[in-house]
Amino acid sequence: MPSLKDLRIRINSVRSTQKITSAMKMVAASKLRRAQEQAEAGRPYADRMDRMVGSLAQSLENFEAAPKLLVGTGKEETHLLVVATSDRGLCGAFNSSIVRAARRRIRALQNDGKNVKILCVGRKGQLQLKRDYGRLIVDRIDEISKRRLSFNDAEDITSRILALFEQDEFDVCTVIYNHFESPISQVITERQLIPLSVPEAEEQKTEPGLSAIYEYEPEEEELLGQLLPRNFTVQIYRALLENAASEQGARMTAMDNATRNAGELIDKLTLNYNRTRQAYITKELIEIVSGAEAL
Amino acid sequence: MADKVAFELVSPEKLLLSRDVDFVVVPGAEGDFAVLPGHAPFLSSLRPGIIEIHEEGNETTGLFVAGGFAEATPERCTVLANEAIPVADLDRSGIERRQSNAKEDLQAHPDDDAAKAELATAEAMLAALDGWGKA
Repeated sequence: MPSLKDLRIRINSVRSTQKITSAMKMVAASKLRRAQEQAEAGRPYADRMDRMVGSLAQSLENFEAAPKLLVGTGKEETHLLVVATSDRGLCGAFNSSIVRAARRRIRALQNDGKNVKILCVGRKGQLQLKRDYGRLIVDRIDEISKRRLSFNDAEDITSRILALFEQDEFDVCTVIYNHFESPISQVITERQLIPLSVPEAEEQKTEPGLSAIYEYEPEEEELLGQLLPRNFTVQIYRALLENAASEQGARMTAMDNATRNAGELIDKLTLNYNRTRQAYITKELIEIVSGAEAL
Repeated sequence: MADKVAFELVSPEKLLLSRDVDFVVVPGAEGDFAVLPGHAPFLSSLRPGIIEIHEEGNETTGLFVAGGFAEATPERCTVLANEAIPVADLDRSGIERRQSNAKEDLQAHPDDDAAKAELATAEAMLAALDGWGKA
């Protein structure tokens, strides 16, 4: 049976852990609000961009000559996976679930005999993937979530990815991130960015009359040359924003659970402590009484 | 067909404006163009300049954009701006600081495209500030 002192020490240590987790929950909640606003504010731009590029891609007259960013390199040998995770842990299954999705994807691609390259955004994903797929990681970007995420951060990442693309380092680019549904639910999303996957069915449903051919200013090629990298950046930016919001949501939920568990543990330990204390008192009373009787 | 254009102005950070207007004048890369209801499908990149929004007769609103893309269809006009500020909110000293910073950058790195763009933006902002309201 543990001594009273041991129990007291344990109760205190659990209590201080609880204080930390509940403080982290508060911090995550306030960060979540900001991240969520930012993510939701960023959605319209990305959606409009999607729509614009989508209708543009459909009305392209000369598909063969279209930029590679839109139609790909014509082969599917090397896949680049952009795995977006967080820099910090203690956010439940947030990072592990992204990494699990990435692993599954990597295995599937490797079974098909494709080459896989990984670009890690965020420290945690890199740490988890390093063990199994260390030699596949071509680049890593850390510490972006330290400050408020800005469009420039996304541009920085995009320029690195596009530089790799220019050097023919990969043919297909997919980004894996957590889409923010609500603070307690995040959906792992895989999105192919190069070549661009156009949500065609949807486009035609909503705008049946819009198969009309667009006019361009400046020329089609030049415009596409500007629009496509921009679109790419926007999609990366969107992924990062969604991911940041999801991270805070996941952390909040995880810390809430931890706080509640700590409370339960404290209750149990306190009960145990009181029982032990009473047992000691009873024992001492018996000793005194039987000592007096013996006299 | 409606006699209004569904105009939307979005920047990467947020949806700035979304409403039905009579017509808008957009600073395209190769010249300003106006979008009225029933405009032919059209896509253009933008140069730094002012978007004029005309609604309900003579009422106009000016919004400065630092570049981006515009899409016009018969029903709507969508502007994806890199940066957008209402002309009324432009701040002269801030812009002049941006302009001089960009000039310095350009002197240090004459080939820096970002600095060139920044300078063009700042100059367009100043021009917007001077020109708006007088015309």
